[in-house]
Amino acid sequence: MQSFRFEPCELPPAAEALRQEVRDFLAETLPDYPAVKRAESWAGFDPDFSRKLGARGWIGMTWPADYGGGGRSFFERYVVLEELLAAGAPVGAHWVADRQSGPLLLRYGSEEQRRRLLPPIIRGESYFGIGMSEPDSGSDLASIRTRADKVDGGWVVNGAKVWTSNAHQAHYLIALFRSDPKAEERHAGMSQFLVDLKNTEGLTVRPIRNLAGEEHFNEVVFEDAFVPDDMLVGNAGDGWKQVVSELAFERSGPERYLSSYQLIVELIREASQAPGESHAVAIGRLVARLSTLRQMSLSVAGKLQAGDDPALEASVVKDLGNSFEQSIPQIVHELSDSEPSMDGDGDFSQVQAYLTQVTPSFSLRGGTREILRGIIARGLGLR
Amino acid sequence: MSELRNILADTVDRLLTDLVERPTLESAEGGDWPQDLWHGLTDAGLTQPLVPEDQGGVGAAWGDAFEVLHAAGRHAAPVPLAETIVAGWLLSRSGMEVPQGAMTLAPVRPDERLSLTTNNTLDGAARRVPWGGQARHIVALAQADDGLRVVRIEGGSAAVEDGENMARETRSDLNFDATPVAEATPAGDGITAETIWHLGAMVRSAQMAGALARLLADSVAYANDRVQFGRPIGKFQAIQQQLAELAGESAAAAAAAEAAFHAADRGAAEFEIAAAKIRAGEAAGIGARIAHQVHGAIGFTYEHHLHYLTRRLWSWRSEFGSERHWAERLGRAVAGRGADALWGDVTAR
Ligand SMILES: Cc1cc2nc3c(=O)[nH]c(=O)nc-3n(C[C@H](O)[C@H](O)[C@H](O)COP(=O)(O)OP(=O)(O)OC[C@H]3O[C@@H](n4cnc5c(N)ncnc54)[C@H](O)[C@@H]3O)c2cc1C
Repeated sequence: MQSFRFEPCELPPAAEALRQEVRDFLAETLPDYPAVKRAESWAGFDPDFSRKLGARGWIGMTWPADYGGGGRSFFERYVVLEELLAAGAPVGAHWVADRQSGPLLLRYGSEEQRRRLLPPIIRGESYFGIGMSEPDSGSDLASIRTRADKVDGGWVVNGAKVWTSNAHQAHYLIALFRSDPKAEERHAGMSQFLVDLKNTEGLTVRPIRNLAGEEHFNEVVFEDAFVPDDMLVGNAGDGWKQVVSELAFERSGPERYLSSYQLIVELIREASQAPGESHAVAIGRLVARLSTLRQMSLSVAGKLQAGDDPALEASVVKDLGNSFEQSIPQIVHELSDSEPSMDGDGDFSQVQAYLTQVTPSFSLRGGTREILRGIIARGLGLR
Repeated sequence: MSELRNILADTVDRLLTDLVERPTLESAEGGDWPQDLWHGLTDAGLTQPLVPEDQGGVGAAWGDAFEVLHAAGRHAAPVPLAETIVAGWLLSRSGMEVPQGAMTLAPVRPDERLSLTTNNTLDGAARRVPWGGQARHIVALAQADDGLRVVRIEGGSAAVEDGENMARETRSDLNFDATPVAEATPAGDGITAETIWHLGAMVRSAQMAGALARLLADSVAYANDRVQFGRPIGKFQAIQQQLAELAGESAAAAAAAEAAFHAADRGAAEFEIAAAKIRAGEAAGIGARIAHQVHGAIGFTYEHHLHYLTRRLWSWRSEFGSERHWAERLGRAVAGRGADALWGDVTAR
């Protein structure tokens, strides 16, 4: 049985030195950024901001200098990420490319793909989406049906992806398709492909409004869409193995517990420097959970830095982190009898209104609570 | 982990596996002093990990002591090991000799103060002192006219009224009335009237994390063993989901507690201690609920050993301050520094 020990991890001085640089940059770049925008966290999409980050060398930080990467440690990257998230900076444009598409290309992509695709990501100019889910395939990802059929010089794709975040604004999708119709085993016969979202005939991207009225995710329909051979990522048929390793990148970061952080900040502001008893207790509890999750998240970063595979620990942090993020609007609600509203008076009301609406998605995206707990249960030796 | 830490962790686990068996737990609940267990711990140097080597200790750090106390919690060791370790630290930190034998601490509640008179006697009451009637020495913080003193009193020299916590660990009300002290010295560097309160909360959070780790291991083992509807109950998703939650709670408690011990090695640790006591206390409530649910009726019997852990968790989460107590403190401190200071404070840890 796995015991899930989260070794304490101390950041090296080089990483701490970077922290102040990031804070100064943020103070300068986002001086009057509204609280309700900060609350969008890593869903906030701002190409200008991404380019500025790129110019500082804070995208692709750990990637080899060979491809224009920063060659820096996971700890340095961690510090930059947590500072950006705590400030509610609009990192959404480049987020997926930095977190998972780039690392995936480094691990499985061809030399030509890396040379072509990584530099613009690093400059904050090229954005990616994740094409996994389909209308009939959510948690059960291995049941996808979108097919890529081999033709001369490439593949012809038919089917549909859904909930594809940023597909309407990104440049590329890394998508999982069924590439071998004859494969009999469930996890066989799938492959990952790069899809050029701006220049592919037979591809339609339609935004889907979410419950808060935002357009973040999309339906992506493929009708005889042609994907050239050089867009296959890794080996044909290895899609499942590759996707599993991609999901580990997706689950390991501080974004999995900081998505509602702005509401803690606004709660403290609202409570004043001399809070009443119930406010003090609520704040204390939230801060205890927050700082514990940070220790755990940092410990995962330490494992990444040491070259270990923290997939299981990352699932634990994501599960605890999502529950924490979701508890915040609830706790705030129990403390106050004013009605939160997007056109409400003041930051507190707006941030509460925004997060109340979007928090349900936190334990769905990137693997649902139930799926994560299933993974943890397997680690415990129960399955 | 460092070499020393590994050795301590292995030693304490092996020792407690051998020495904390059912009869020991049962007779300790009846009020017997577990002599063999205490001797074993003393001989292995585990009762004084923090005392410098030249004073007869191990010369370890709080981060090492975490391993010892986590193990003590895992095994529900029915002895004042945590109290003795804190008492030894208070003494050696204040330049006093650390005597042999089990020790305890007084006062253990934040609203109680003891006073040291000019003729070196102690006055005041300390309620709910762990093993207050059985410990060989009581290490107290007492107010003298000109400042705080660390005081050692021989066990048995105060009036004692024994009670017990939910785990039937002895908790005694002590009354000091011109009680002679064996030794008194100005409190060492960094020791304040609240230090026992803080360190008490810290050691209980490590014990809770240990007990939770054991709840997880035992519950998983039970779920793989118990068969209903033709298969081990651990194959049912409802059970798996609960045990996954328990795993998360157990890990969070340990991470929070260990962070506090590390902070104590660096200096002021009040923030981390508050966070640890709150987080471990929350985990204790959730963890005990899940472990009992998974164990079914057998876990509700006295016969089964589960209650040695769960009753300790329920007791320990209240001792040295409940979640509510620490949350209010932490919340006031955080709010007092203002919303924009929070992130800087969290990342300065
Ligand atoms: C905001 C947002 C952004 C997203 N962005 C992307 C994206 O960019 N790219 C992408 O590919 N996908 C994206 N997704 C989709 C996401 O990955 C899926 O929502 C997720 O995998 C769950 O699938 P589903 O929504 O179809 O729910 P389902 O899988 O139908 O699940 C519904 C419920 O049933 C439970 N359930 C399902 N199977 C089991 C089981 N075996 N045991 C127990 N319970 C089970 C689930 O836990 C859940 O509670 C996004 C989703 C959201 C909400």
